[in-house]
Amino acid sequence: MLMISPRMASGMQEKQYTPSLLSFFIYNPTFGPREGEEEKKILFYHPSDIEKNEKIRNVGLCEAIVQFTRTFCPTKPAKSLHTQKNRQFFFEPEDNFWIVMVVRNPMIEKPNKDGKPPTIEYQEEEILDTVYGAVVRQCYSMYKLFNGTFGRAMEAGGVELLTQKLEKFFYRYLQTLHLQSCDLLDVFGGISFFPLDKMTYLKIQSFVNRVEESLSLIKYTAFLYNDQLIWSGLEQDDMRILYKYLTTSLFPRHSEPELAGRDSPLRPEVAGNLLHYGRFLTGPTNLKDPEAKFRFPKIFVTAEDGYEELHLIVYKAMSAAACFMINASVELTRDFCEQLDSLVGPQLTLLASDICEQFTINRRISGPEKEPQFKFIYFNHMNLAEKSTIHMRKTASVCLTSVHPDLMKILGDINCDFARVDEDEEIIVKAMTDYWVVGKKSDQRELYVILNQKNANLIEVNEEVKRLCATQFNNIFFLD
Amino acid sequence: MNEPPQQHYLELSENPVQFEHASSVNNVFFDEANKQVFAVRSGGATGVVVKGPDDKSSVAFRMDDKGEVKCIKFSIGNKILAVQRTSKSVVFPDKRSLKLLKSQSINVNWYQYCPETAVILLSTTVQGNVLQPFAFRNGTMSKMSKFEIELPVIPKPAKLSLSERDIAMATIYGQLYVMYLKHHSRTANSPSAEVVLYHLPREGACKKSHVLKLNTTGKFALNIVDNLVVVHHQSSQTSLIFDIKLKEPDCAVNTHQPVLPARSIHPYRMPLAGPAVVPSQPPMPCQLYSSSWSVFQPDIIISASEGYLWYLQVKLPPTVNLLQDKGKLMDFLLRRRDCKMVILSVCSQILEGGDKGSLPVVATVFDKLNQVYKEYLEAEQSYTVAMESGPSRGSAAQKRPVRTQAVIDQSDMYTHVLSSFTERKEVSHKFVIAVLMEYIRSLNQHQITVQHYLYELVIKTLVQHNLFYMLHQFLQYHVLSDSKPLACLLLSLESTYPPAHQLSLDMLKRLSTANDEIVEVLLSKQQVLGALRFIRSVGGHDNVSARKFLDAARQTGDQMLFYTVFRSFQQRNQRLRGSPAFNPGEHCEEHVVHFKQLFGEQALMKASTV
Repeated sequence: MLMISPRMASGMQEKQYTPSLLSFFIYNPTFGPREGEEEKKILFYHPSDIEKNEKIRNVGLCEAIVQFTRTFCPTKPAKSLHTQKNRQFFFEPEDNFWIVMVVRNPMIEKPNKDGKPPTIEYQEEEILDTVYGAVVRQCYSMYKLFNGTFGRAMEAGGVELLTQKLEKFFYRYLQTLHLQSCDLLDVFGGISFFPLDKMTYLKIQSFVNRVEESLSLIKYTAFLYNDQLIWSGLEQDDMRILYKYLTTSLFPRHSEPELAGRDSPLRPEVAGNLLHYGRFLTGPTNLKDPEAKFRFPKIFVTAEDGYEELHLIVYKAMSAAACFMINASVELTRDFCEQLDSLVGPQLTLLASDICEQFTINRRISGPEKEPQFKFIYFNHMNLAEKSTIHMRKTASVCLTSVHPDLMKILGDINCDFARVDEDEEIIVKAMTDYWVVGKKSDQRELYVILNQKNANLIEVNEEVKRLCATQFNNIFFLD
Repeated sequence: MNEPPQQHYLELSENPVQFEHASSVNNVFFDEANKQVFAVRSGGATGVVVKGPDDKSSVAFRMDDKGEVKCIKFSIGNKILAVQRTSKSVVFPDKRSLKLLKSQSINVNWYQYCPETAVILLSTTVQGNVLQPFAFRNGTMSKMSKFEIELPVIPKPAKLSLSERDIAMATIYGQLYVMYLKHHSRTANSPSAEVVLYHLPREGACKKSHVLKLNTTGKFALNIVDNLVVVHHQSSQTSLIFDIKLKEPDCAVNTHQPVLPARSIHPYRMPLAGPAVVPSQPPMPCQLYSSSWSVFQPDIIISASEGYLWYLQVKLPPTVNLLQDKGKLMDFLLRRRDCKMVILSVCSQILEGGDKGSLPVVATVFDKLNQVYKEYLEAEQSYTVAMESGPSRGSAAQKRPVRTQAVIDQSDMYTHVLSSFTERKEVSHKFVIAVLMEYIRSLNQHQITVQHYLYELVIKTLVQHNLFYMLHQFLQYHVLSDSKPLACLLLSLESTYPPAHQLSLDMLKRLSTANDEIVEVLLSKQQVLGALRFIRSVGGHDNVSARKFLDAARQTGDQMLFYTVFRSFQQRNQRLRGSPAFNPGEHCEEHVVHFKQLFGEQALMKASTV
């Protein structure tokens, strides 16, 4: 399939506005079914300074749309509503609990001559349902990771507790949403895995098993290096959201002081005279501090009988991070933390340098990485493995991409096409800016390639992508 | 067997050599070279009975009583008998002539001869502590370098201070050692006795190499059993064992403490032989460490008064509970002859039950086993290479490496330890998986190819506990190496864990010898076009069975798919044979009929149209 993408917008004095969050609210229609009680339905509303009646009106509208669309398809009510100025996303994560996110469409402000007010042009088709639908689901998953389900809060303390929790969580979380930089990667919600040789991997296994044996309180362990996952004792879906939290929130928060040279983590361990670089990213910042608190964030993960609540200990030495999860009913003491520190610190430091060494060797063998003629995003639905050469380092504040948003939009469009059918497919798009965009889907894998070859023809592009598959993905079954 | 377990790790052989016990009319002699016992009755007049190490080689004869026999021996093969009756003459009952080949003139206090290595040791000088060894080889006698034994005290005036009884020669780990029993001496500030080992190499100087600390005083006797130095202590009626290869971290180099606490030899009951045996009569307990015992190298104990010759043996099972440090225990066991079953039982013991070891201990044990295993594999490998490259120039023909019991391979571990361990209900699956991974890690670390059945065990355990995501991660990092059987096993898991399908296909792809399997898998999933595209991409399109693809295409019920596949093969036929028609051997007739029915005769590709 060959398509020609719409021309990219350009203009001299035009002003572009990226998509932004207009409002975000959570309601349950069963909480205020009668006239005059509508306010009770609303569990959370952002921005909070909106006038009460407007809140009620907006919630009511959503309720009506969902109710109305249900008549067409009772199992699949509306997921989004497109209007000229904005787009609304509906998500029902738990029975009768609705999360709604309203995003303002991107717009272009065109100055007019003769001092007339500028014309505003809304770009109704620029936003992708899949991307922002995924963002809403992620919001819920993140809430659930730290709070459990809405139902759990209801059971524990009724509406009052739930609204408290929602307020506390979303007040901060929504500030970290950067809607302008959401893209295909949000749809995938993938995990980047650290490439590693078998022997080093087995050493890490051995380390994890030994730590779990000597500190039997530890129920699950996850191991990361360079913000990439190596081992997860948690199930895939839990790891997915925990990984998101670690890589977009916790690690970036701690990496900045590291980079700045402040708060040097190097400290000689007195007992045993072992020098190690281990430190807690959650819990106590300094074990020696007599005032230190041994409180860790609690997370909720799926268990055989619903969910279980766990302490999340994140411990890092150089680039290696280990997450230890312990049943939340256990109170963690200074003793335990010291034990963990003295056991894990030296071993993790050693492992980190082992991995680093191995990594350098491998890179040397594979030769210096040349800037390739192409950029790509790869995702495997089976293990959630994602790899992107389009995205630069993700930080807490912003996710940088190295290609034009229009190209990202094309990737998103191809992804939507793939989602519609089960069969393996390949789509090749020629963008107006001399770029070729190729999407391939083989079984559960998707690959998106952006080629910058001005004069290439369709056959050459096809050959180029084949070559890429042969070099980058030669060890997986990827149909040509 | 009512007595409490005494953990006797030494025992006397069950089938001793029995002979007429020494008495006023019966003299008994022992020849260390042939290991024969001579019972000489009445100076030989009423008979000489010679018994060798195995019962069949018993010889009986008479000879004239020409006075008291001082020594009597056979040559090798019992061909020549030599009898010594006076201190300066040896008589050969057959008439033989002797020739002097070589002579050396040395003042000798006493001598010792080691038949195994054909080395004679002469005690020289006044104090007797300068030892001069000679080696006999191929009919020649060569002088080796002499050496001096350090005496605890230098006597003044000088007198013979080194007794023959305190020196023994034996081969340990293939090397000849002179063992010196150094008694304690109040004046020399040595509170307890020790055994000092001097290494006597074939060439080069003799060097003091090991000191074995006995930590007690008294009368001692030495044996060598299974490369262990056994020191019998008469007054306590116990024995100690030393392993000179066991490194002692808390001791100075080459100073050794006993491997195990002192224990007596296992009680021995003498069976009552002959027609006089009354069933109700219990066998007589034998007095161990009796003063009438004579001890010979390497492992012989003779009780002349009772008429027995035993071989001393080491029993390994009792050592297991006496040595707490499992790493050290493994080092010890791996060097013993009959160690396999004991080692395997130790492995089971550290994995199961109350004596469960921690993972670091398990890892240490695995690493030690695999080190020996790897050394054997490497030796075997270099032997194979040497054999393949033909008889090597000049160098002696390489000997095939001997597989000792200490080589514990994956099949041994699987059969005797791991398969039963993984089935134990009371062991947590977490521990089971950790142990299996530890074993795989250790094999990998020693660059040993892991056998498929170990992976199967890992997968089985993970699947049993629904730990599919864990399995997925292991496969992702290629911890479970690719193989066709493993890929097939994964395929069989697809119904419980759908991603196994992808994992399996990836594996088949990497194997690059499994293209037929990939086609089968895709066709079974009705991915006919995918299969066709794949076989084309690997260049196998020309040889593939058209019928297989057409069958699969027809089964999908998708007419357009059937059309596409059919036409694709017609084009192939055209290209290969110049005609779109199928060969009779391809058995595609029914599909041709089906095609005509669906799309009409005219849709068939004609030979002339191209």
